[in-house]
Amino acid sequence: MFSARERVAKLPEVERYSNLKYPYRLNFYDRPPLDDITIEEFETCALDRLRVLAEIESSFVRNRTWDELKNVTQNQSEKYLPLNSRTALTVDRDSERRKDHIGHYVLRLAFCRSEDLRRRFVKAELALFRIRYDTDDADERRDFVSSKDFNWVEVPESEVKQHMSDLIAASSHFKDFDLKKERFFKVKWTRVPDLVEKRKVFLKDGMAYVPQREQSSIIFQEYQKSLEKALELTAKALPRLDEDTRIVPILENLSQGFLAGVSSEWSTGTASTNGEQLTADMIDGIARAHYPMCMRHLHETLRRDKHLKHNGRLQYGLFLKVLGLSIDEAITFWRRSFSKIQEDKFNKEYRYNIRHSYGLEGKRANYAAKSCVQILTAEAPGTGEAHGCPYRHFSEDNLASALISTYSSQGLTTSDLPDIMTAVKSKHYHVACTRVFEITHGRYGVKKGEGIGLGESVTHPNQYAAKSREYEKARMDTMEKASEDVVMSST
Amino acid sequence: MESVSDDQMLAFYRRLYPFKSIFHWLNQGHAPTRLFTHRELAFTLKGDVYLRYNSFNTTEEFKKQVCLLNPTRFEIGPVYSARPKDKKTVRPAAFKPTLRELVFDIDMTDYDEIRTCCSDAAICSRCWVFISLAVRVLDKAIRTQFGYKHLLWVYSGRRGIHLWISDKEAIELTDDERKAMVGWLTVIAGGKEMHKKVNVRQPNKPLPPSIQAALEPLAETFMDLILEDQDCFESKEGWQELLHLIPDKEIQSDLRERWTKHENSSSEKWADLRAKIKELPKVSSRRTLMSYALEDIVLQYTYPRLDAEVSKHRNHLLKAPFCIHPKTGRVCVPVDPHDIDNFDPEKVPTVGQLLNELDQAGSDEHHADWEKTSLKPYIEMLDRHAAGLMEETRLAVRSGMDMSW
Ligand SMILES: [Zn+2]
Repeated sequence: MFSARERVAKLPEVERYSNLKYPYRLNFYDRPPLDDITIEEFETCALDRLRVLAEIESSFVRNRTWDELKNVTQNQSEKYLPLNSRTALTVDRDSERRKDHIGHYVLRLAFCRSEDLRRRFVKAELALFRIRYDTDDADERRDFVSSKDFNWVEVPESEVKQHMSDLIAASSHFKDFDLKKERFFKVKWTRVPDLVEKRKVFLKDGMAYVPQREQSSIIFQEYQKSLEKALELTAKALPRLDEDTRIVPILENLSQGFLAGVSSEWSTGTASTNGEQLTADMIDGIARAHYPMCMRHLHETLRRDKHLKHNGRLQYGLFLKVLGLSIDEAITFWRRSFSKIQEDKFNKEYRYNIRHSYGLEGKRANYAAKSCVQILTAEAPGTGEAHGCPYRHFSEDNLASALISTYSSQGLTTSDLPDIMTAVKSKHYHVACTRVFEITHGRYGVKKGEGIGLGESVTHPNQYAAKSREYEKARMDTMEKASEDVVMSST
Repeated sequence: MESVSDDQMLAFYRRLYPFKSIFHWLNQGHAPTRLFTHRELAFTLKGDVYLRYNSFNTTEEFKKQVCLLNPTRFEIGPVYSARPKDKKTVRPAAFKPTLRELVFDIDMTDYDEIRTCCSDAAICSRCWVFISLAVRVLDKAIRTQFGYKHLLWVYSGRRGIHLWISDKEAIELTDDERKAMVGWLTVIAGGKEMHKKVNVRQPNKPLPPSIQAALEPLAETFMDLILEDQDCFESKEGWQELLHLIPDKEIQSDLRERWTKHENSSSEKWADLRAKIKELPKVSSRRTLMSYALEDIVLQYTYPRLDAEVSKHRNHLLKAPFCIHPKTGRVCVPVDPHDIDNFDPEKVPTVGQLLNELDQAGSDEHHADWEKTSLKPYIEMLDRHAAGLMEETRLAVRSGMDMSW
């Protein structure tokens, strides 16, 4: 058998493309792979794709800009899921595309299982598709688009001329609109309801005249719709697949890999970093040294008022649970903190709720500690309430003075404030919090831009506290080791 | 105003109400389809008793029930995935609205902040001009922009007008698509607290083409209706509202001073405003901005005001054509949009008048009762409209199109 590369040299260019089993780099994945797939291929194709999608998802969580996300995704794709355009004659494009095809289908199986997984998978896949679409070879993309039946008709030049002024007026929301450079496509107006609702197209006889630059939004919408539908169908068909004992464990593994991404890593589990047992009376010290601003605010409000309102108790209580406070220590902690409250009132009103949050009462759910996203999007604190994110829910001057009084002992000064406030003003609360982490951990050698390690930003209060405690522990270990060395050398 | 007695109402249903025409219009064919059999009809009985989820297999069944209940009015709802009368016995998931004429409702009360002749429920031939203008503009926009052909305009019996669109595509629109279309057609937005209610253009850009197209007939009527007849800027509140819509602070304060000093008519004020603009340099951003502001003012005072909620959801119920308005006794007759300017709501036949005409006509075996009354032209109008729809169905069936509703 000839290899693809050997044949290439003998044929004119057009022919070379048509020889590809996968003629286009872009794929709507509307047909499943039908060749035999080995179980190793099954797993590696999926894992490599997951590495790309997980990076996309973590970019969303970390509020990366579209350009940053694009860069990160392209780097990751180059490493794990290269996908060259058809003009890359020296590359085995078919095998790249086959891997892309298989990986997508395996992940569909892994992520169709719950609505949440489906939503996240579609979001990440759609971003990947958009990036590939934006960076695709222009000719190849054009051929891909015309290979699909989008049921649109290019508006002939004579017709464009006829409606010239209307097309220009309808496109006035584009900054650099130039009628001469724009091609238009006609579709039924019901295909672009969003553009119709905002009057962003010219409409005649029920047809919307969509400029080429808006064409991509039709394609993305189409891809999203068909993927959503396909995932629901797969979910319905999955029980039959569950009989295949070779595949199920792999799928379980894959979906957990996605779940354990940046956003949820810190939500559950009560493993304490140091392996030591946390006790109620250690909390004050840990709060001073390792808490992010939101938890400091809750802790200090609790100390000052000897009480916290419901939402505050919930946010702080679950944080303490994940920090490693056992149920018995938690009850001790809250009992002592609510010092103005009578024993029987505490037992009646609060003990149950604490046990409940540890999954020991009621429906015995393992409640997760709230992530930054959840804290930011939950109901804002009202009067007398202390929950929420200070970077978002404090006024600017209150935030500035709170930061100084809270963290000046750890090295934060007024000259750091402008930097932090710029992030707050542009609503990048994560960035502000991460910056504070960097400053207050400067004594451990953390530098600006390092975040909580390897450039990662704060996405969870527990992640903040745990990383902070790790730095401390690392230094203690070094010191211990150093002192041991001293002891040893003296003997 | 006459109020309608139970006997009059019953006689009207028995002898005059065009059940067959209504059936043809809703069903779009002779043999009953889901368009009729799965259609919700809701009856309002005396004492505000409301009976929902009725459905019928045939016109005869429908008429029999109406004559039995003698409702003060009835409303037409969507076609459901199951027969509405079986609602209690089917799974909720199997009972969903699927098809429905696309409907629009224009009500005179939405013009209360503009019209000076009447308010609330009252309506006169002078304020009807707002409605007839709205009909002309919307009828044209929907036909040319959306390409729909089967539009039925129906007088609501008192102070407004309904539009029913029966094209196949229109009937099949999802709620989201209906919402998008309402967005496209809505120009006036914002409540009492908002002075400027027209915000449809990109900053410093001309109007979107669809609205530009409506502007010409509106500007024409603006002179007669707003400046002359309604004299909207004569009163202090009136011209102060106008000043709020002028973006050029200098012109605004000049005019405020002038109009505070001496009273004048709306036309004179409009002339003052235009004279001020003429003083501005020909090619200047101030002048462009002011000419755009004038266009926006014309739109704010004359562009059709839609009751958006009625149109957005398939399961919204709307009063059936040819019902009797209980307060006025007038029949909700279809209206020819091309002759809308000659339509006078006060000349619409009342139920009492129609029954009188029947009494005087005497017995004539060769004609149906309705043909002997002034209801005739209106029923013929609906029949012509329904015939157009049935012809479309016939052609579609012949060309093998899927018409299995
Ligand atoms: Zn009036």
